[in-house]
Amino acid sequence: MDKFTTFTGVAAPLRRSNVDTDQIVPAEYLKRVTRSGFADGCFASWRKDPGFVLNQPVFANAQVLVAGPDFGTGSSREHAVWALQDFGFRTIISSRFADIFRGNSAKTGLLTALVEQDGVEQLWKLIEANPGVSISVDLEHKLVRCETVTLPFEIDEYTRWRLMEGLDDIGLSLRHADAIDAFEAARPSFKPTTSARA
Amino acid sequence: MGRTLAEKLWNDHVVARADGEPDLLFIDLHLVHEVTSPQAFDGLRAAGRRVRRPDLTLITEDHNIPTLDIDKPIADPISAEQVRVVRRNAQEFGIRIFSMGDLENGIVHVVGPQLGLTQPGMTVVCGDSHTSTHGAFGALAFGIGTSEVEHVLATQTLPLKPFKTMAINVDGELAPGVTAKDIVLAIIAKIGTGGGQGYVLEFRGAAIRALSMEGRMTICNMSIEAGARAGMIAPDETTFEYLKGRPHAPQGADWDAALAYWRTLVTDADASFDAEVHIDAASLSPYVTWGTNPGQGLPLSANVPSPADAKDDNDKAAIARALEYMGLTAGTPLRDIPVDMVFVGSCTNGRIEDLRAAAEVLKGRKVADSVHMLVVPGSVKVRQQAIAEGLDRIFMDAGVDWRFAGCSMCLAMNPDKVPSGKRAASTSNRNFEGRQGPGSRTHLVSPQVAAATAVVGRLASPADLEG
Ligand code: SF4
Repeated sequence: MDKFTTFTGVAAPLRRSNVDTDQIVPAEYLKRVTRSGFADGCFASWRKDPGFVLNQPVFANAQVLVAGPDFGTGSSREHAVWALQDFGFRTIISSRFADIFRGNSAKTGLLTALVEQDGVEQLWKLIEANPGVSISVDLEHKLVRCETVTLPFEIDEYTRWRLMEGLDDIGLSLRHADAIDAFEAARPSFKPTTSARA
Repeated sequence: MGRTLAEKLWNDHVVARADGEPDLLFIDLHLVHEVTSPQAFDGLRAAGRRVRRPDLTLITEDHNIPTLDIDKPIADPISAEQVRVVRRNAQEFGIRIFSMGDLENGIVHVVGPQLGLTQPGMTVVCGDSHTSTHGAFGALAFGIGTSEVEHVLATQTLPLKPFKTMAINVDGELAPGVTAKDIVLAIIAKIGTGGGQGYVLEFRGAAIRALSMEGRMTICNMSIEAGARAGMIAPDETTFEYLKGRPHAPQGADWDAALAYWRTLVTDADASFDAEVHIDAASLSPYVTWGTNPGQGLPLSANVPSPADAKDDNDKAAIARALEYMGLTAGTPLRDIPVDMVFVGSCTNGRIEDLRAAAEVLKGRKVADSVHMLVVPGSVKVRQQAIAEGLDRIFMDAGVDWRFAGCSMCLAMNPDKVPSGKRAASTSNRNFEGRQGPGSRTHLVSPQVAAATAVVGRLASPADLEG
């Protein structure tokens, strides 16, 4: 996982609320068994509409998505995060994220910056007034900047630290291998296993 | 101060705890299916890691598999590839698998409870949001993403931050013909698709206690549609009765020890929740969704809402957009909406009790000519049970397309799809745009309403068939 400190990229506005993971990547793309190559699935059905915002050439290389509230609701599919990343996004800004989506994003290095809805509206206006404008995301100070506007964003400290260090979760947990061994040894015998029973 | 059920379960599974870090929780049962696991196994392989506890892991094939011609090779090359890969992973990592055609095969959330693997006091995870289903047993059960699947495979633990707790009190008694599905659709309509965000919901109250395990599973299944991380119901005699004698339930002295522990799994009288919601069961009637998220539901007796009724501009736009997608006009009575397809199945309503409920309505009746109705059992065992009870005959006599087990039309990853622009009444859990196939229109309903709708050809409840 790459370390994330500060990052600047073209921002795209997505003026929709409740963007669920079926919209971010439709189920048909879930059939793949690889971990990359999901860019074509990103917002696949909306992209069939020539008027869809991400079809505008100015947003072709967008790396920051500014979305409406309740982004990433619905299915837990992590493919939604991979699709956004493969499409080029490094950061999603919204005033509310679905929990599972936010958790998945943190693990894969996609930053979800929680900005108040007023701020989101300001960003939308700035982008629409000046399509192609960049947004800077400063994870160290938890700020997003766009032209003259600077807005704070929320992210929990632990996720922030991990993203900044580029740390792998499994390695972190395996620091506790002894504690896991001890916990397993003390588990009650009535707990089931999946092994076949006569 | 006392603790809630969710807090008790959490504390009982903490492996390591440090300031500023999430708790490391032990996972008692990890269910795996073919769609969200290949990349996780890929990750293990790349890092040279093994599966720590194959004996706490179980794989089923369910999302992709066809419900016809299951003895033939899978026609869709991508589905065939996912199934091939999951079988290879099962073998390479030594994990038990229930493949298509196996007697124990079925939808992952139907199989776990049916085997008695899901028990009170457990932590259960699966790379699938409807893992919340297992909370019906008083388990802490939640969906995880593929990175977390890899994490659990490698460590049998997950680093997690505590959830907030919300009590959903459903008091009173349901009127005849009103079901668990109606309760949960009413709850989601009330608190919204984001209302449960950050919370573990505990469903409580007389109406919940009166439900069977199947009904409780239906409710916990859809907790996720209110945005909740998990839903749960404290175990009681109904739970113990359901588990006793199941293949993986504890036996002998273990049963007694387990029972003693399970009986402690209730929210203490002096515990407090972070939020509470009250619903009067007696006020509920059959519910249907009219829009494109599960919170857009109303009693069947209502009319399609208008954007003018919206509480704010966002809501107004959402209603307008949903009506356009659904091809509905504001003010139309819901009962006047004709459907093309009816689907009974999924991990929400694909259990034996659901099939019985649909069959009871269909008995001696015919599915309307204009309607194609699919009944897809949630597991092979459910299918067998239905056949043993003669439900298959009732379905076939009524003109139902009676299928083999799987997720099927719930998410349309297999050939079972609602064609573009067509309308379905479905017992599944999601009415998102395109969920049941590109351009599909979905109304979520209970099995009873699904069956009555199939007969009438328009959204209907069994009461509409009388007289
Ligand atoms: S039946 Fe539907 S919701 Fe349930 S596991 Fe299968 S696809 Fe998911």
